[in-house]
Amino acid sequence: MLELRGITAGYDPRDPVVRDVYLTVADGEAVGLLGPSGCGKSTLARVAALLHRPTAGTVVIDGEPARGWRHRAPREQRTAFGVVFQQPRQSADPRLRLRDLIAEPLRASGRSRAEAAARVGELAAAVGLSEELLARRPHEVSDGQLQRACLARALVPRPRWLICDEMTAMLDASTTAALVAVVEDYRRESGAGLLVVGHDAALLDRWCDRTVRWSTLVPNKEDASPRKAT
Amino acid sequence: MGNRITRLRASGLVVAAVVLAVLVVPLAFPLDEQAVDLAAKLRQPGLSHPFGTDEVGRDLLLRCVYGLRVSLLVGVVAALVATVVGTAVGALAGALGGWADRALMRLVDLFSSVPHLLLGIFVVALFRPGVWPVIASVAVTHWLSTARIVRAEVLSLRTRPYIDAAVSGGASRWRVAVRHLLPGVLPQAGLAAVLMIPHAIWHESALSFLGLGLPTHQASLGNMVNSARGSLLAGDWWPTLFPGLFIIVPTLAVAGLAGAWRERLDPRRRSELTL
Repeated sequence: MLELRGITAGYDPRDPVVRDVYLTVADGEAVGLLGPSGCGKSTLARVAALLHRPTAGTVVIDGEPARGWRHRAPREQRTAFGVVFQQPRQSADPRLRLRDLIAEPLRASGRSRAEAAARVGELAAAVGLSEELLARRPHEVSDGQLQRACLARALVPRPRWLICDEMTAMLDASTTAALVAVVEDYRRESGAGLLVVGHDAALLDRWCDRTVRWSTLVPNKEDASPRKAT
Repeated sequence: MGNRITRLRASGLVVAAVVLAVLVVPLAFPLDEQAVDLAAKLRQPGLSHPFGTDEVGRDLLLRCVYGLRVSLLVGVVAALVATVVGTAVGALAGALGGWADRALMRLVDLFSSVPHLLLGIFVVALFRPGVWPVIASVAVTHWLSTARIVRAEVLSLRTRPYIDAAVSGGASRWRVAVRHLLPGVLPQAGLAAVLMIPHAIWHESALSFLGLGLPTHQASLGNMVNSARGSLLAGDWWPTLFPGLFIIVPTLAVAGLAGAWRERLDPRRRSELTL
């Protein structure tokens, strides 16, 4: 169970992007978070993945509140979340071949090359990347192919929750369908929970068990926000 | 376009010739660059002395090559030391952030607040004249800009989603720094190092010209220009001209190569080249 309790977060403490938001993802549940661009849903997703420290509120993982964010979070807690971002170009180190990109989380936790290679082969097959593509660097593949690699990288540590932040916003319909199928296969096999952030209501409604609209998360926006009032 | 390639070729040729001369001449012609021949002092350039001789009859061509050797040694070593120090300070400041960043950058400000020739003179004054104090003096005054460049680059890389992805994948601070941040800043740091070589050579010449660098008997381009001042007023132009050219031409050539490298680093230029 993943609970976000009273999260207030942003990049300027006096002017937070997210104010006092509550959201729960049960084990194995798929939750869609629907909102317009720039409303703060990506920030909330980064808080949930322990990548951004909120100014107030807690993230509770299986009943235990998270104590640290980014490097201050224990490795097991960080790797419990698989994150896929909107722009594959920005989320792939331009110097790494796709093979090394996918293997990076395994290498970072000290697993051997052989073990990493076996797991990479398995996942590459699952997301539909050929051997030949695995030897290329990010600038030599398309956005869709790169996003497949980024999804494989997120799945490598066998996360308990997947967080897809506008994962398919830049992609065509067939690639979108393929990536959604990969995520669903993984969830069926592992029982992982899912938080999908997006602005495509039709996709989220079909994909997720329930869809939460951003406006319902933010209580009494006009009253709670002094900067809007002035 | 053609102009750029010509410039690049000319720069490459000069740098290659300089490196070759500096490495081969002392081995191939075991002549003494300090040999004094008072009978042949201040000879005009001619067959036996292509660059002429100086006021105590030493061969200027030989001394120019030996001087260039010293200049290159100082330039390359000082640029390397300054780059390593600057990269370390900049990367630490950018990667750690917070008070460590503020402390390190105030240190950089402190060093920058002193005119760097003055600081360089202060450092050489602490030691007996020689090559190493000059290298130390140039290195101490030249790591600042590299530290600033590297810090800015690290700050910009740090917020990329791929760093988020690495953190989420369980990478330690050390692994993020070594695997993702450092490789990203190395091209910039390397370019800064090459651009620093000409600057370091000019600094060595300046210190020697002021009489604060290398001992006066040692062949150094700065020393040679300094000791030629007297004869220049008497109308003898060659003891000033040739060492001067030996300072200017190689430094322009190194700067030309670095300029071509900088154009390659610019992503828009790079995509032009690969298409």
